[in-house]
Amino acid sequence: MDFIIILQAGVATGTVLLFATIGEIFSERAGVLNLGVEGMMLIGAMSAFSTTIATGNPWLGLLVAMFAAGLISQVHAFITITLHADQVVSGLALTFLGTGISLVLGEGLSKAGTVSLLPNLSIPLLSQIPLLGPIFFARQSILVYIGYLMIPLAWYYINRTRPGLHLRAVGEYPSAADALGINVFRMRYFYVFVGGMLAGLAGATISLAVAPGWFSELTTAGQGWIAIGLVIFAQWDPVRAAVGSYAFGALRRLILDIQGPLTLLGFDNPFYYNPYWGFFLQMLPYAFTVIVLVIGSREAIRKRLGAPAALGNPYIRGERGL
Amino acid sequence: MRSRLNSLFDALLPVIATLAALGVGAVMLLVLGANPLEAYGALWVGAFGSTNAFAETLVKATPLLLVALGICISFRGDVINIGGEGQMIVGAILATSVGLTFTGLPGWLVIAMAMLAGFIGGGIWGGIPGVLKAYFNVNEILSTVMMNAIAVQFMNFMLRGPMIDPSQAELASKIPQTARLLEPFRLLRWAPTRLHLGALIAVVLAILVYILLWRTTLGYRIRAVGQNPNASRYAGIDVKRHVVLALLLSGAFAGLAGMIQVYGVNYRMITDGSASGFTGSAGFNGIVAALFGQLHPIWSIPASVLFGALLVGANSMQRMVQIPSALVTALNGLVVVFVVSSEIWRRRRQRRRLAAAKEEDVPPKPDPDTPGKTKVRA
Repeated sequence: MDFIIILQAGVATGTVLLFATIGEIFSERAGVLNLGVEGMMLIGAMSAFSTTIATGNPWLGLLVAMFAAGLISQVHAFITITLHADQVVSGLALTFLGTGISLVLGEGLSKAGTVSLLPNLSIPLLSQIPLLGPIFFARQSILVYIGYLMIPLAWYYINRTRPGLHLRAVGEYPSAADALGINVFRMRYFYVFVGGMLAGLAGATISLAVAPGWFSELTTAGQGWIAIGLVIFAQWDPVRAAVGSYAFGALRRLILDIQGPLTLLGFDNPFYYNPYWGFFLQMLPYAFTVIVLVIGSREAIRKRLGAPAALGNPYIRGERGL
Repeated sequence: MRSRLNSLFDALLPVIATLAALGVGAVMLLVLGANPLEAYGALWVGAFGSTNAFAETLVKATPLLLVALGICISFRGDVINIGGEGQMIVGAILATSVGLTFTGLPGWLVIAMAMLAGFIGGGIWGGIPGVLKAYFNVNEILSTVMMNAIAVQFMNFMLRGPMIDPSQAELASKIPQTARLLEPFRLLRWAPTRLHLGALIAVVLAILVYILLWRTTLGYRIRAVGQNPNASRYAGIDVKRHVVLALLLSGAFAGLAGMIQVYGVNYRMITDGSASGFTGSAGFNGIVAALFGQLHPIWSIPASVLFGALLVGANSMQRMVQIPSALVTALNGLVVVFVVSSEIWRRRRQRRRLAAAKEEDVPPKPDPDTPGKTKVRA
């Protein structure tokens, strides 16, 4: 078993979580909790795959996926921002809605065969770096590189630019932002849309690059929920989100790959197609998410860091503080 | 007069929400190239067209109601339990192993023990996220979802390993299922339909949950913690303990739903590898039913029947007009969308009443039916 190959595949798998997590960070930084990530990812995966089958152009598939998921996120935006309804319940509804629509429209897609995928490429000089080169920069999907670019860009945008400052203000203290002339409602709609688009991109990354195809709900297999958990672990910071996403990606790959080889580090592999161990291995990502949440929540208390202050609260002009 | 009109409007809100959801669903059907009237006709016939169809609707409604009862408790306590699927599975595993172990005991005793086992199994699976929330500040929405995925793999392991049907264990391609329960352990049925005693048990429990929530100290405290944890703490209520209890009880009812599915419908556990293969997604749809029933145990009864009817009707719709039955998942989402959206009218009116009361200097009547607004502590 080659650990380099596992880590290489882990980075690609982690890119899915990266997009979804950064998307949710944008939405939550603006003060809107969107629990519908799983549904939006399924919409993205389904529309990317079906568009690519119909047109043969995976780039078009990517665009349609982002637009479709962004569009359905606006249902949540309208309910929570304009109608001031409960964000948790609305997010759950969005999960049902997204899952249902993608299953109905994706019926029969699983037998549609293969499509032309997004290109894989190696970066000339960087891929020569020992160890890191082959893991991060050799024969990766172009989406993986887009992911690398997104991490610093998202961090810079949130922490060092004027629109980023407005974004944080809207999530921390919307009435103050409103008093300064920032349009709280428009900002929140916009960042929920951004979150939706990135969740759609995450779904498209699955169906066009990491695990090509459409396997109904199993396409995402709960990764949307893991992404929401990673946001808490990341403490709403894109760089920490990247660390968590790639670690989880590597874990997911490891679980698949560890059951293959006969020997492991010179010993008989106890996981070698063992009919029982596999089930426990498959529990690991979810068990780890719980552990990560325990660690993340404790750290948040210790450092007095936490969610954006207005997260989960509708902004109603002229009502109470915050 | 005006207030009577308003309460009529409140009672009609779910109906309006359903009609709106069906309306959007009709647009989706048109997009899919089906005639909505024909499709909904097939749905209606499939759910209510005959005695047998109606019995099937009630069979599907039973686990929804049991899960919904748990949801009423937890959401009233301001804890969001999305773990019904996993809690059903663990409850069913425990209950099934009781039925397969104590084969020498009388039927009524085994059924009672199995109900207790289902209650305990689901309670453990709900209690863990409860402890994590109360004492480790872990968001229960996420932990319950993760517990679902863990329970599925646990079920797949148990049904292929320790609990596998002995007659399957020797075969080359084993079906992952347990042995069948003995005849006397099965819940009474109204032959020739599949309607079983579990439906009645669920309705009785709905009344008990109503009493629990509004006539006992425990229920009062759970609701108080849900409405205002700080005020409850000052009043001397152990908030953490009641958070755990709310999730534990919520899980316990889902676990009972799992038990009822085994003892009333299938008489064995069988897995296709997914959670919905065993639960039929009742763990999720029960949330929809509870929200639709305004988080009230008694109103959850008709709500569960409605969503049971949608599930049964969707299957016949798939057969008759070739529309994937997953449309129901989308419809469920739409119903919740409209129900949660309609809350704005209720709230607006409450605000107006508060303002009017302030002018007249009369303390406003509190609205006992408005559950605590869910605050997110991520």
